[in-house]
Amino acid sequence: MNIPYTATARPDTGLYNAKLGIWLFLASEVMLFGALFSSYVLLRVGAPSWPHGYEMMNIPLGTANTIILIGSSVTMVMSWASLMMKQFSKYKLYMGLTILLAVLFLVNKYFEYSAEFHHGRFPSTSTYFAIYYTLTGLHGLHILGGIIVNSYLWGPGAKMWKTDPQRFTNRVEVAGLYWHFVDLVWIFLFPTLYLL
Amino acid sequence: MDSAHVEEVKKSVRTYIIVFVALMALTVITVAISTLHLNVAAAVTVALIVAAIKGSLVAGFFMHLISERKLIYATLILTAVFFIFLMFLPVSTYLDSVVK
Repeated sequence: MNIPYTATARPDTGLYNAKLGIWLFLASEVMLFGALFSSYVLLRVGAPSWPHGYEMMNIPLGTANTIILIGSSVTMVMSWASLMMKQFSKYKLYMGLTILLAVLFLVNKYFEYSAEFHHGRFPSTSTYFAIYYTLTGLHGLHILGGIIVNSYLWGPGAKMWKTDPQRFTNRVEVAGLYWHFVDLVWIFLFPTLYLL
Repeated sequence: MDSAHVEEVKKSVRTYIIVFVALMALTVITVAISTLHLNVAAAVTVALIVAAIKGSLVAGFFMHLISERKLIYATLILTAVFFIFLMFLPVSTYLDSVVK
C-alpha cells in the first residue's frame, strides 16, 4: 500500500500530508512547553524570593549555546535549500554541520549540568533548579531526537534522493520545521532561565 | 525543477543569511541589556520583546510562515488562542482572594 501525498500536495489542503502532520505535532508541542512556561510563571510569582538567572547560570556558555543553535537552524534551512537547487553534496555538508552543532550544544549542556552538580545544585535544591532542569532537560531530549532523525536523513535515509527526490526533500523540510521549533523554544528558554 | 523556482530559492538563501545576522545581533543585544540589571518588570518586558522578535524571525523565514497555506494558519491561530489562555492561567490564583 502506498502512503498518499508524500511528494505532491493534497488538492483540498494544498499541502503534502507530512507537512500538515508536523504542524499539528508542533501545535501539541507548543502546549507541552506552554504548560511548563505557565508553571514557571506561577512558581516564580508565588515564590517569596527567586534567584536571578544571571547569578546562577554560566552566561557565556548559555550565550554560546544560543549562537550554536541559531547557527544550526541556518545550516538546516540551507540543507533543504540545497536539495531544492539539486545540490546533493551541499545538502550533505549542511546537514552534517547541523548534526555537529547539535552535538556541540549537548556537550556544552553536559558541562553545564556537571558544573551544577559539582556545586551541589540538583533538581531538589530549589524550585528554581527544579523548573530549570525540567525545562532544559525536556529541551535537551528534543535536541537528541533531532540528532537521531537528522542523522538518519544524512546517512541511510539519504538513499531516497536517488529514488524519490521530491519526497526526500519534503522529509528534510519537515525535519527542519521540527528543528527550527526546538531552536525557537531555546530562544525563549535562554532569557527566562539565564538572564532574568 | 524549473529555473524560476531555483532562482526563488537562491533569493531565499540571501534572506536566510540576513535573518541569521539579525538573530546574532539580537542575541548580543539581549545579553548586553541583561548586564544592566534593570528592575524585574523592565527586564522581563525587554527580554520577552527581544525573544518575540527573534522567534518571529525564525518562524517567519526559516519555517516559511510568511507564505504558508491557510490550513496551517488556521491550526496556528487555534494553537495561539489555547496558548494565551494557558499563559494567563496563573492569574486565576488571584481569584481565590477576590472570591473570599
